[in-house]
Amino acid sequence: MASNESFYDVFRQQGISRRSFNKFCSITAASLGLGPAFAPRIAHAMETKRRTPVIWLNGLECTCCSESFIRSSHPLVSDMVLSMLSLDYSEVLMAAAGHQAEAALQETLRDNYGEYILAVEGNPPLNEDGMFCIVGGRPFLEQLQEMAAGAKAVIAWGSCASNGCVQAAKPNPTQATPIHKVIRDKPIIKIPGCPPIAEVMTGVVTYMLTFGEIPPLDRLGRPKMFYGQRIHDKCYRRPHFDAGQFAEAWDDENSRKGYCLYKMGCRGPTTYNACSTVRWNDGVSFPIQSGHGCIGCSEENFWDNGPFYERLAKINTPFFVESDADRIGLGAVAVVGTAIAAHTAASALQRARSNSNAAKSE
Amino acid sequence: MITETPNGFSLDDSGQRIVVDPVTRIEGHLRIEVNIDENNVIRNAVSTGTMWRGLEVILKGRDPRDAWAFTQRICGVCTGTHALTSVRTVEDALNIQIPENANTIRNIMQMALYTHDHLVHFYHLHALDWVDVVSSLSADPKATSELAQSISDWPKSSPGYFRDLQTRLKKFVESGQLGLFRNGYWGNPAYKLPPEANLMAVAHYLEALDFQKEIVKIHTVFGGKNPHPNWLVGGVPCPINVADTGAVGAINIERLNLVKRIIDESRQFVEQVYLPDLMAIASFYKDWTYGGGLSSTNVLSYGDIPDNANDYSAGNLLLPRGAIINGNLNEVHDVDLRNPEEIQEFVSHSWYNYPNQDAGLHPWDGVTDPHFELGPNTRGTRTNIESIDESARYSWIKSPRWNGNAMEVGPLARYIIGYASNNPEFKEPVEKVLTDLNLPVSALFSTLGRTAARGLECAWAAEKMQYFYNKLITNIRNGDLATANVSLWEPHTWPHEAKGVGFTEAPRGALGHWIHIKDKRIENYQAVVPTTWNAGPRDAQGNIGAYEAALLNTPVANAEQPLEILRTIHSFDPCLACSTHIMSPDGEVLANVKVR
Repeated sequence: MASNESFYDVFRQQGISRRSFNKFCSITAASLGLGPAFAPRIAHAMETKRRTPVIWLNGLECTCCSESFIRSSHPLVSDMVLSMLSLDYSEVLMAAAGHQAEAALQETLRDNYGEYILAVEGNPPLNEDGMFCIVGGRPFLEQLQEMAAGAKAVIAWGSCASNGCVQAAKPNPTQATPIHKVIRDKPIIKIPGCPPIAEVMTGVVTYMLTFGEIPPLDRLGRPKMFYGQRIHDKCYRRPHFDAGQFAEAWDDENSRKGYCLYKMGCRGPTTYNACSTVRWNDGVSFPIQSGHGCIGCSEENFWDNGPFYERLAKINTPFFVESDADRIGLGAVAVVGTAIAAHTAASALQRARSNSNAAKSE
Repeated sequence: MITETPNGFSLDDSGQRIVVDPVTRIEGHLRIEVNIDENNVIRNAVSTGTMWRGLEVILKGRDPRDAWAFTQRICGVCTGTHALTSVRTVEDALNIQIPENANTIRNIMQMALYTHDHLVHFYHLHALDWVDVVSSLSADPKATSELAQSISDWPKSSPGYFRDLQTRLKKFVESGQLGLFRNGYWGNPAYKLPPEANLMAVAHYLEALDFQKEIVKIHTVFGGKNPHPNWLVGGVPCPINVADTGAVGAINIERLNLVKRIIDESRQFVEQVYLPDLMAIASFYKDWTYGGGLSSTNVLSYGDIPDNANDYSAGNLLLPRGAIINGNLNEVHDVDLRNPEEIQEFVSHSWYNYPNQDAGLHPWDGVTDPHFELGPNTRGTRTNIESIDESARYSWIKSPRWNGNAMEVGPLARYIIGYASNNPEFKEPVEKVLTDLNLPVSALFSTLGRTAARGLECAWAAEKMQYFYNKLITNIRNGDLATANVSLWEPHTWPHEAKGVGFTEAPRGALGHWIHIKDKRIENYQAVVPTTWNAGPRDAQGNIGAYEAALLNTPVANAEQPLEILRTIHSFDPCLACSTHIMSPDGEVLANVKVR
């Protein structure tokens, strides 16, 4: 990750002479419509600092991850793409199309082998010889594996790439498959969510650029800094949960007071994500703050853990802030599904008590 | 071979074949192939949707109240519009009436989507078809400033501002790492803007990239996040509490103030940046009159934006509804989404099987059974297609038809129908643009007409956000705080069986969902989406769709560079995940590929 070698360095390693390098710079200047005077300046830049190349591929998906990425407020995406990295391939944003787009991919593979970050939005379908998703006349799966081969690290954007997401929900007719099942030999950083929070996406990339390493990951391959705790653990409505104050129906008195949405099906207690801390769209809000429970969109198989409005009591989950995904995964925590129900009952008692107290004080 | 299509186009596939795959700056995966004649004019066009996810089969057997979340994931670009269509569909089936505030908030969210989506489309998905980034490096910043100030009051217009930006761009280009601009068609003779106009447009490309993230905060306030905010059958999930205890956890005066500020800024950006840029760019491309396709003959809109809650009749919809066929602007036909004869989907040239391959099916009776099979004249192999055989099946998109007619949908369709209906909100802005550019009405039926209609509609939508914001405030002032009707929330209140249809006008055009609920569960769910209308393949009779029609007869300056093809295809704002989401009813597993 820490490699900062320049374009010229790569040329040298490949046995290319200074003379050929200068020629390349001249051709580059010409192909950009610039005069020959620009060639030495391109050469100078290439000999010094380079921006890390990023290849962003799209499989079966809905493009919500790209849309989320451009929502980033810190850093701004305009700064990301102009100054911080070199987004050499993105079907959503790139100027070139068709052959010229494919050429950009091949050039990166050739010139930056082992140096670029591969960012994957969506996943490959395996049914129908992979032809449920075709890019350049070939299965997306082939493009994905070809580009993974030369990547130094792979980012799995969103729940599609990380977990399969909606097209992999039962019965998964295309056999849409998360990317770690088809890329076995590269570090994969999973950033689940449908989509992930913009500042989480850019945060992960800038962490890698700034510190020259992959951020610490949990057992499931997610950065601990953003996915280490459940939404419930840091939810600002948690005191209402603890006090047994729940919304009982949409738009009821308790909803208007901002009470806990657990009984409305909120998945906050079982969902690892940064929504209740980083929040969404420059910190404006997050689902629970806007009155709807969390649907658990960063969790594996969340589409098949519905219906969304059925409360969580059936789902076995630990109930301690300290229990991160690693510990749960290691089976360190006993099944405590009943704990939620017990807690709810206790909370109801507490609420009854506080209601009668309130009545008295009035 | 020359073929005359029943809908009036002449196809000739004898010339050089050009393949564009992937088509970029769109949502999803699309392939375009054309044949050009000896004068580099497009004489045959083939549109192939190259992805299929199948959400409708996944919906089968699920809780209808969850359907909005699944269908919302059909598309993350027009995020929310499928969810809105879905809750309307379920409400129609179960006869649920929603509160006025819920309707108003939904309209504000839908108009926020329009404003955002159209703006991002123009600058980030379409502008580079008209704007030469490299040319902007040779612009004079002072002259750029004069140009900018001559067309708008937008404050970021000083010579220093443009000089700084140009310096940054030069530094970027000199780095040799062109990133998103790599391998673009810079210097292509089809680019007509002077360097100063290019520099101004690039500046606004970057400003719009920074600004667009503000617009969606309206979704975040009411729906908790964007992309993919939350919705609710029976209303909206956000309660209103303006002044009482706990108001901080609901829609309160601080939240409303945030929405108001964003509406103000959005209107300003659209009026002072987007529209002036659009007019300035259009003025240099007035002679480029190609790309009309079906727009001069057949256009369709379902209408949207119900002024008052629960009334989806044409008279209550602020976006116009209707169909025009055979170019007769004097007659706007009514559209009935329930009529089994009107809207039908065909699969003669799509990778699906029907019980009767050449018959159409209404969405309530829709079948989606995938069958990937290439025609005998395909060049390449099953998994390495060099060129497609359009005489056989050639797309993952179906071909929807209205009374048997291929139709164009989208902003231009809406504006033509509004114009033909003599609706002043649509007719007057169109006439003003035509007058300002000194163009005849026929100029509307073109690639640029599509692009211009989208810009006008963006301004319309931003203004309507203000209208519905005022309506919300008035309603709250009158003491109405209701945002959800839960009387039919519990499944035991539902009938044993029910059918419903819901519609919106998505930013890209007419969108309909059809549901069949049985025993509290989804029995069948079908969506017919805008890009299916526009990008669909030929039908059994050989009628071509809107994309294919629009590409015909366009000259290409450089056959190696598909600039003109991109221009016209982008003017539709393609959304392929939308168009190809359809599901196999039984989800059968076909041939498997081994996972290594």
